[in-house]
Amino acid sequence: MHSLTIHELQEKMKSGEVSSTQLTQSVFSRIDAVEDRVHSYIRLLKEEALAAAALADENIKKGDIQPLTGIPIALKDIVCTKGIPTTCGSHILHNFVPPYNATVVEKLRDAGAVFVGKANMDEFAMGSSTETSYFGPTRNPWDLERIPGGSSGGSATAVAADECIASIGSDTGGSIRQPAALCGIVGLKPTYGRVSRFGLIAFASSLDQIGPFTKDVEDCAIMMNVLAGYDPKESTSVQADVPDYRQFIGRDIQGWKIGIPREYFIDGIDPEVSAAVKKTIDVVQKCGGECVDITLPHTQYSVAVYYIIAPAEASSNLARYDGVRYAFRTADARDLAEMYEKTRMQGFGAEVKRRIMIGTYALSAGYYDAYYGKASQVRALIRRDFDEAFQKCDVILTPTTPTPAFKIGEKTDDPLQMYLSDIFTISANLAGIPGISVPCGFTAAGLPIGVQFLAGHFEEGKLLQVASAYEKSAAIEKRRPTL
Amino acid sequence: MKLSTQDVEYVAKLARLDVTDSEKEKFTAQLNDILLYIDKLNELDTTGVAPMSHAIAVTNAFREDKVLESLGTQKALANAPDARGEFFRVPKVID
Repeated sequence: MHSLTIHELQEKMKSGEVSSTQLTQSVFSRIDAVEDRVHSYIRLLKEEALAAAALADENIKKGDIQPLTGIPIALKDIVCTKGIPTTCGSHILHNFVPPYNATVVEKLRDAGAVFVGKANMDEFAMGSSTETSYFGPTRNPWDLERIPGGSSGGSATAVAADECIASIGSDTGGSIRQPAALCGIVGLKPTYGRVSRFGLIAFASSLDQIGPFTKDVEDCAIMMNVLAGYDPKESTSVQADVPDYRQFIGRDIQGWKIGIPREYFIDGIDPEVSAAVKKTIDVVQKCGGECVDITLPHTQYSVAVYYIIAPAEASSNLARYDGVRYAFRTADARDLAEMYEKTRMQGFGAEVKRRIMIGTYALSAGYYDAYYGKASQVRALIRRDFDEAFQKCDVILTPTTPTPAFKIGEKTDDPLQMYLSDIFTISANLAGIPGISVPCGFTAAGLPIGVQFLAGHFEEGKLLQVASAYEKSAAIEKRRPTL
Repeated sequence: MKLSTQDVEYVAKLARLDVTDSEKEKFTAQLNDILLYIDKLNELDTTGVAPMSHAIAVTNAFREDKVLESLGTQKALANAPDARGEFFRVPKVID
């Protein structure tokens, strides 16, 4: 039961074949069976979930059925949950209990969702492997020696290992799409401003977006219907109409122009990834799409731009963790300055400190123009590349990641190599456009591979349409990880 | 080398991070690697390019100047590491 999709389970719950209580119990017995090996969660909410499931069952009996009634959902531990600790994967927030819910949490709850738990993540979402979590690493259910991707690794593995039906992640440079690809599931990063960030613990405010992980594309549309929309509490959320995303599922893409950017098919991509993505191009053509060569000439600069802008914003956002108003404070400080410095030294892990240092340096007197100023200019060029490309095509097709999941520990001592694993996902955050990763095959060793589609601002519908057409025609083998 | 260990100490001070000697050494090497990579951007001539600070062109988001419900003192202090009465308590600032 726990391996089914939202839309399959909704039918079963409506017909009375399955209750939310049975489903939720099934999810928790799956968690009991696999969680000690995968470690998707920082905190489980079994009691709360069973109470919510019982309520959902009552509502179903009354005929009150909302888009997610009775569906077990996992939340990345970066979204604030009222009265439930929210750690952001960090020691500094290990005892933080938010006094309010993030807007997405309110929306999911109003839509009837049952919250299973808070999912593991890289500390403050800074990482590509979920190895920097203060609570220990998450493992890839397809190969427990390998990383699940990150930073939303726990949200991805919870879906891939059937420890929930769908989940919420956040994506600042690829943190939804990259783990979705490496875990063999669907993950969507919406347009900047499409989903409210209220109650999302801030990493890089001009790049962060919340989005869903699901088992198929239709479920992704169902989740987007709940998440998208303007929020008066979040001044960068955009007042634009939100379509019914389900209408894009099952529509054909006859005559669509699919942009293939030459900069994304370069040496250094794993040959099995490259072969799988080229096969995807054939399938999309069979669906009626016409492939066109496009160029995104500033692609090669995106990682460098990102690693100035994201740390710069992070160094400013994370200045609030000073041990004064909430969460962790060092026990041994004689004066205020020492309290700040020791609280932050003991509270943050190495990757977070590293990024605070890069950001502080890039913003410091005498270096601002050379680093932050320059990066902001190149960011404009990256966005211009996409604006020009979307004059020539409806969507862009690329690999999601340059390689399949790498081994745990392989890149932890080499931050730059870790950063380069996000090379194909970062540009979308810099330009603010939406992107989706969809499973497109497996390596010979059985590791999942993902293909990424990108579209113009607020064109999530197009992404769902092309992804659903591809998913239907490709008929990728329905494998589940053996755990 | 763009950054010396002294530079790293200075940046750590600005960021209010107390770093250990071994971290200092490690960070100096790693930050230099990263900064060297970032230097790639200087290949590009960006004269006259307007910097982009936001993905979407949002103008000021105004709302009506109306008092809404706020957290209240008790809730605001609930997560404090140290509080007394209506205040956050910190180590002595002035001698």
